[in-house]
Amino acid sequence: MDKKLIVSLSPHIHSGNTVKGAMYGVLIALIPALLTSLFFFGLGAFIVIVTAVLSCVLFEFLIQKFLLKQKTTICDGSAVLTGLLLAFNLPSNLPIWIIIIGSLVAIGIGKMSFGGLGNNIFNPALVGRVFLLISFPTAMTSWPLPGQWSSYLDATTGATPLALIAAGQEAGYSPMDMFFGSMNGSLGEVSAIALLLGFAYMLIRKIITWHIPVAIFVVAALMSLICGLNPIEQLFSGGLMLGAIFMATDYVSSPMNKRGMIIYGAFIGALTILIRKFGAYPEGMSFAILIMNAFTPLINTYVKPKRFGEVVKNG
Amino acid sequence: MSKIKILTNGIIKDNPVFVLLLGMCPTLGTTTSAINGMSMGLATMFVLLCSNVVISFLKNVIPDKVHIPAYIVIIATFVTVVQMFMEGYLPALYETLGLFIPLIVVNCIVLGRAESFAAKNNPFDSLLDGVGIGLGFTLALTLLGACREFLGSGSIFNLRIFPEENGALVFVLAPGAFIALGYLIAIVNKLKTK
Repeated sequence: MDKKLIVSLSPHIHSGNTVKGAMYGVLIALIPALLTSLFFFGLGAFIVIVTAVLSCVLFEFLIQKFLLKQKTTICDGSAVLTGLLLAFNLPSNLPIWIIIIGSLVAIGIGKMSFGGLGNNIFNPALVGRVFLLISFPTAMTSWPLPGQWSSYLDATTGATPLALIAAGQEAGYSPMDMFFGSMNGSLGEVSAIALLLGFAYMLIRKIITWHIPVAIFVVAALMSLICGLNPIEQLFSGGLMLGAIFMATDYVSSPMNKRGMIIYGAFIGALTILIRKFGAYPEGMSFAILIMNAFTPLINTYVKPKRFGEVVKNG
Repeated sequence: MSKIKILTNGIIKDNPVFVLLLGMCPTLGTTTSAINGMSMGLATMFVLLCSNVVISFLKNVIPDKVHIPAYIVIIATFVTVVQMFMEGYLPALYETLGLFIPLIVVNCIVLGRAESFAAKNNPFDSLLDGVGIGLGFTLALTLLGACREFLGSGSIFNLRIFPEENGALVFVLAPGAFIALGYLIAIVNKLKTK
C-alpha cells in the first residue's frame, strides 16, 4: 500500500485505518473461536491451523517473490487471515497434504491469479474450501467428534447436525450444545457464542457494519420457517455463523454501500437455506457466499448512489 | 504465405484453443482424460481437412447467398462418416464422447476455417491449413486432457502415477476444466510473449 492517493484542497485527516489494522482486528476477533476449536478438537485443530496458516503465508511469499516479482505483502496479515479462515472451514482430522493443496488453491487461484489483495472477486479461503470439498468429498466430510484432545488422523468421526437433518433425522444436539459448540463440524464453525463474541468486537472496533450478518441471519431464519425447518437449528448449525460474520463481510468481495450489503446478505441467507433444503450438499453457506461474491459487481452497479444536479436528457 | 507457414500457423501462432479460443464446447466437455481429448481432436481434424479440401474445390460453384448452408451440408457429411466409423469400430469411445461427435457439425473452428481460409485459397493450401489447425486443436485437447487426467485421477493416458483416490476430483468435473484451461492459456501466453 505504498501508492499514495494525492488529493488537493481541504485539510484532510487520516483516520488511522489501514489494511493491516483491519486484518489484525479480524484476527483478534477470531481468537475466541480459535480457543474453542482448540478446546474441542485439541491436537487435530492445532495441526490443521498451523499447517493452513503457515502454508498460506509461504505460498503468498513464493508467488510474489518468484512468479510476480513484486514486493511481498505477507506482513499485512491478509494471508494469515486467509489461512486461519481456511482452517476454520476444515475438519480437524484432515491430512496435511490436503490442507496444503487447499492453501495453494486459496492463495494461488483465489487471490494471486486475480492480482492479489483487493482484486480478488471471490473470498480466497472459501475458494480453497469449496475446491477441497468438491475434490476430496470423503476426507472433507468426515467430522471428528469433539473432546478427543490427543487424536489427529485416528479420531472417531460422526455426522454433523446438518447432515443428519438432510438425511431426515433429528439433529441430535440440544440448542445449548450448538450454542457453545460441543458438536462435530469444521474447526471454527461449532461454537456460536465464540463467533458472536468476535462479531461484537468487530462491531465495537467498527471493522465491519452490522448489515451483512444481520441480513443473513434474518433472511435465513425466515427462509427456514418457509421451508419447514427449525430456524434455531439452522442458524446455529453448520458454517452459517462463521460465514455470515467472517466470510461474507470480507471487504474486497462484498458490496460497497449499505443498501447493497443488505441485498447481498439477504440473498446469501436465502440461498444457504435453499441449498441445505434442496441441494446435494447438506451445507450451503460457502456456495451461497461464492455465488453472491460473483454478483457483487452487479449489486454495486444497481445501488450506485444517485448523482444530484444532472439534467434529464430529452430523447 | 509459404506452405510451411500455413502448416505451422495453426499449431502455435493461431492455435484454435489457446489463442483463438474457438471450439470451447468440445474443449471443455470432452477433455476428462488425455485419450478422450486426443480422439476428439483427431475426429475434428479429419472433418476439418476433408471439408476444407471439398469446400475449396467447390468454392466457385457454391452460390454466395447459400454458402453457409452448403458448407454445413459438406461438413455434416464428413461428421456422419466419423460418427459411423466410431460407432462401428470404437463403440466405447463413441459412448464416452456421445453428443460431442455430432456437434462437430457446428464446431466454430471447422466452419471458421471454411469461411476464412478454404473459401479463398486453393485446395492444397486448404489441406495444409486443415492439417495445421487440426493438429493444433488435437495437441491442445490432448494437453488439457492430460493435465485434467493427471490432477483429477492421478494417471496420464491410463498410466497410473499416484493412487486415484488422491486425485482432486474437481479437475474431472466441469469447474476443473475451466480452471485448467485458464492456467494453460496463461502459460501459453507467457511463453509466447517471452
